[in-house]
This record gives sequence, structure tokens and C-alpha cells, in this order.
Amino acid sequence: MTRNTLLGGVATAGLVVGMAGIGFADIRTGDSLVINGEIAMITEAPAPEFLQDRFSTIYSGWVFRTDETRAMQEDDFDNPAMLYVEQGLTAFETAMGTEGKSCASCHENAESLAGVRATYPKWDDAHGTVQTVEMQIIECQTERMGMAEPYGYDSQAMRNMASLIASVSRGQTVNVAIDGPAAETWALGEEVYYTKYGQLELSCADCHENNYGNLIRADHLSQGQINGFPTYRLKNANVNSVHGRFRGCIRDTRAETFAVGSPEFVALELYVASRGNGLTVEGPSVRN
Amino acid sequence: MKRQIMLAAGLVLAATSLQADVIAPNDVVANEYGEIAASLTGQPGDPKRGAEIMASRGAGNCLACHQVSALDEYAWHGEVGPSLDGVGARWDEAGLRGLIVNADTMFPQSIMPSFYRVSGYIRPGDAFTGKAAQGELSPLLAAQDVEDVVAYLMTLTDY
Ligand code: HEC
Ligand code: HEC
Repeated sequence: MTRNTLLGGVATAGLVVGMAGIGFADIRTGDSLVINGEIAMITEAPAPEFLQDRFSTIYSGWVFRTDETRAMQEDDFDNPAMLYVEQGLTAFETAMGTEGKSCASCHENAESLAGVRATYPKWDDAHGTVQTVEMQIIECQTERMGMAEPYGYDSQAMRNMASLIASVSRGQTVNVAIDGPAAETWALGEEVYYTKYGQLELSCADCHENNYGNLIRADHLSQGQINGFPTYRLKNANVNSVHGRFRGCIRDTRAETFAVGSPEFVALELYVASRGNGLTVEGPSVRN
Repeated sequence: MKRQIMLAAGLVLAATSLQADVIAPNDVVANEYGEIAASLTGQPGDPKRGAEIMASRGAGNCLACHQVSALDEYAWHGEVGPSLDGVGARWDEAGLRGLIVNADTMFPQSIMPSFYRVSGYIRPGDAFTGKAAQGELSPLLAAQDVEDVVAYLMTLTDY
């Protein structure tokens, strides 16, 4: 017998006590996030239908952070990510490429792009593929602005621009489409989400679906939602992209990661974004 | 030059003979319950060293997921797995060795990593670099590390 038979009963009891921590008890619910005293966020919402058999409530990563980290996001003057938004805005209004156009030449102002972040990644008919915000930016740069060398997918300039694009959608409800032509990509993303990668054999679900609310050493596990991206991380004092975060989490399983901008990560982004349908766009948020 | 090569060859020989009794990851034999009766090294485990391996982030890092009252001197015990208090009373040595070597034989699909296994992984990496593994994988813990950890777990008889 694996366990000493006599103590079998105790073993079961011990397991139950040990597992009591997995009751998602450590989630400080009920607080509300309002930014600049005017943008009301939805940080807890009913889980989208396709998740209902697994759990009933989705939470923004904000819910899992300390009071200090939470507070930094409540006012743009305290949110260090807004400096990167400023840089993104300058770039938005600057001509680049051989066509002599800036983003503002076609999009008037950044606010005209409100709503974009809430519905991306999104199927693009002309290209026959699901596109992320970053892919869309690269498309504009190469196909409309005449830039032979567009922003790198995870470059500082790209993360600044993505922060600007997210900021103008703050407060809008995430609502990415997962059916129709996007369905195949979504299914690939789901498969990646549940695959146990690397020598530690951990899937996204192991940490963010089955253990949110629990500590893994000193880290308080969230649901791994991406409604707050780009996120300013206190850890590296910069804004971080969705794919950068995916890469870090997979690397931590002692796995060979996928590349930023790869089809696997685009699919994973669509899938993870859809798990947050019903939360609000918070990017650029503050996390540790 | 020549001398260095001879020296190196000598070292390799010494290392192999030292490891003659070590059972390599792919040669470990478990019974139908996943239990492994034989020591991986033939050497008794050192419980003190086992405790250090369990706490160290660069080694077992068992505290990432488990709470252990006897290791209270180390900060931050995780909540992902059950508390290991009393585990030495609940399990026998062969069962614990089997669990540490290959957790999946005890708990299918377990989130707990297998610490003495080198195959069957999806996209294994080169440690924590994010790059593909080069050549053969090393197990997460060495054979004697596993024995030391098992020896420590056997001391955890109090609840
Ligand atoms: C070994 C555990 C582990 C695994 C496996 C893991 N993550 Fe994470 N992840 C963390 C930790 C720890 C954090 C930081 C705390 C938090 O927000 O949960 C984090 C944070 C995140 C965040 C940031 C959330 C926010 O609000 O800023 C996202 C997004 C994320 N993970 C997605 C994923 C995806 C997708 C996968 C699979 C490809 C994955 N993670 C696999 C441990 C893990
Ligand atoms: C990523 C998380 C994780 C890590 C790291 C981990 N474990 Fe576990 N362990 C678990 C979980 C979860 C269980 C419960 C069984 C299950 O659900 O798979 C478990 C079960 C156990 C048990 C059986 C407990 C009982 O009460 O029956 C022992 C003993 C154990 N682990 C020891 C260790 C040791 C020693 C290490 C490090 C060398 C370690 N674990 C590392 C997650 C982990």
C-alpha cells in the first residue's frame, strides 16, 4: 500500500485540511476600482458561459494585489504607466515612414480608437487571420505609412503605443468574438492553455484556473486575466506586453517558450482575452 | 595539454565508479502502485540536507506549493499542495520515493512536478532560459537529493 493502511483515514483527513486552502478564500472581493474618480471598472463579473462548468466568477488581476499596488492604479498621476502613454501619444502624432503620415493623419486622435482594445484580438477579413493590436499597428505602419522597419512586436515603442491604445478604452467591457472565423484560432488557444509544458509540467490552468487565490511561494495567484494589459510591473519598472507575460509564465515551467507574435501566442491571447469577457479594459494597469 | 586530458579522463573514471550504484532516471523500477522500494543510491538519506533541498528555491523548492510547520524558519510557504505535516506517518518510504520520483504515478495529471524523470515532457526547456533543452535533460533533483528529501519527509510524523 502506498499509504500506511492503518493511517489511511488520517491521510484523507489531512488531505482535506490541506486542500482547505484551495477554497479561493484569499480573494478580497467587494472593493471597487474607480480611476481618476470617474472611470468605474468591473473587477468581478459572472464567468462567460463557456467557463461556467469550471467556476462562476471572473476577477481582474487588480483584486489580487496589495492595497498599495491597487492604489497606484486609481489615479493617473500615481500610475507610472501613464508616462509611457505620453510617449505613445507623441509617437501617435509624429510622421513616420515614406508616406509622411502619422497615426493621427488617419485616426484624428487617440480617443477615436476607443473600443479597439475591448474587442481585440479580432478576426481580420482582408488578411484572413486573427489580429492583435500589435499586428494591427504593424499593418498600418507597413501597408499605409511606408515603414520598411515597423515597430518590433515587443519593442518599447510598441508597448508605449499599445499602452496608449488601451488607455482610451479604459472602462469599456471586454467583448472579444470567439465564434465564426475566429473559432479555429480560439480552439488552438484553448489547447495551449491546458497543455502542461516544460520539465515542471504546468499548464496555465494549473496555476490560474485551479489555484487562483492561493500563494505559490510568495506570489498570490490571480486568474491570469489580460484586461489590465499592458501592465506596469513594479518588478521591472516598465510597461509589459501580453506576449511578454505569456513568455515569462511558460519559461517558469522550464519549457521552451513560443515567440512573441507567434501564431500560438496570438491564439492564446484570443482565448485568454475571452476568459475575461465581462471585465473592463484596465490597461495600462499596475501589478507587482 | 596531454597531462590535462589524462587528468580529465581520470576524473571521469572516478565519477563513474562513484556513481556505479546510482540508478539512472530511466532505469528506476516502480511497482504497480508507483512505489519504489530500493534506494536510488544505496546510501542512506541525510534528513538535514533534505530539509535544505526542500526549502531552497534553486533545488526542490517544495515550499513553493507546500506548508511545513517544521520549516517555519523559511519565509513563504505555498498553498497549492497539501500541508506536509504528518506526511511521514501517512506514507511509507517506498511510497514517498515513488511520489518524488514521478508524482504522476501517484496522482495522475498532478500539478506536482516529477523530480527524477527525464523524458515524456512537452517542449522541455534549457533550465529557466526559455530556450529549447540541449541534449539530454538532467532530473530536477539528483539521486542522492531524492534520498535526502525522502529521509526528511519520514521525520515529519507530527500533525
Ligand atoms: C507556475 C505557475 C504559473 C503558470 C504555469 C502560469 N503562470 Fe501566469 N502567473 C503566475 C504568477 C505567480 C503570476 C503573478 C501573479 C498573478 O497575477 O497571478 C502570473 C501572472 C500572469 C498574468 C498577469 C495577470 C495580471 O493581472 O497582470 C497573466 C496574463 C498570466 N499569468 C497568464 C498565464 C498564461 C496564459 C499561462 C500559460 C501559458 C500562465 N500564466 C502560466 C504563475 C503562473
Ligand atoms: C507545483 C506544486 C508542487 C510542488 C513544487 C511540489 N508539490 Fe508535492 N504535492 C502537490 C500537490 C497539489 C499534491 C497533492 C496531490 C495532487 O493533487 O496532485 C502534492 C502531494 C505531495 C505529497 C503527499 C501529501 C499527502 O498528504 O499525502 C508529498 C509527500 C509531497 N507532495 C512532497 C513534495 C516534495 C518533497 C516536493 C519537493 C521536492 C514537492 N512535493 C513539490 C504540489 C506540489
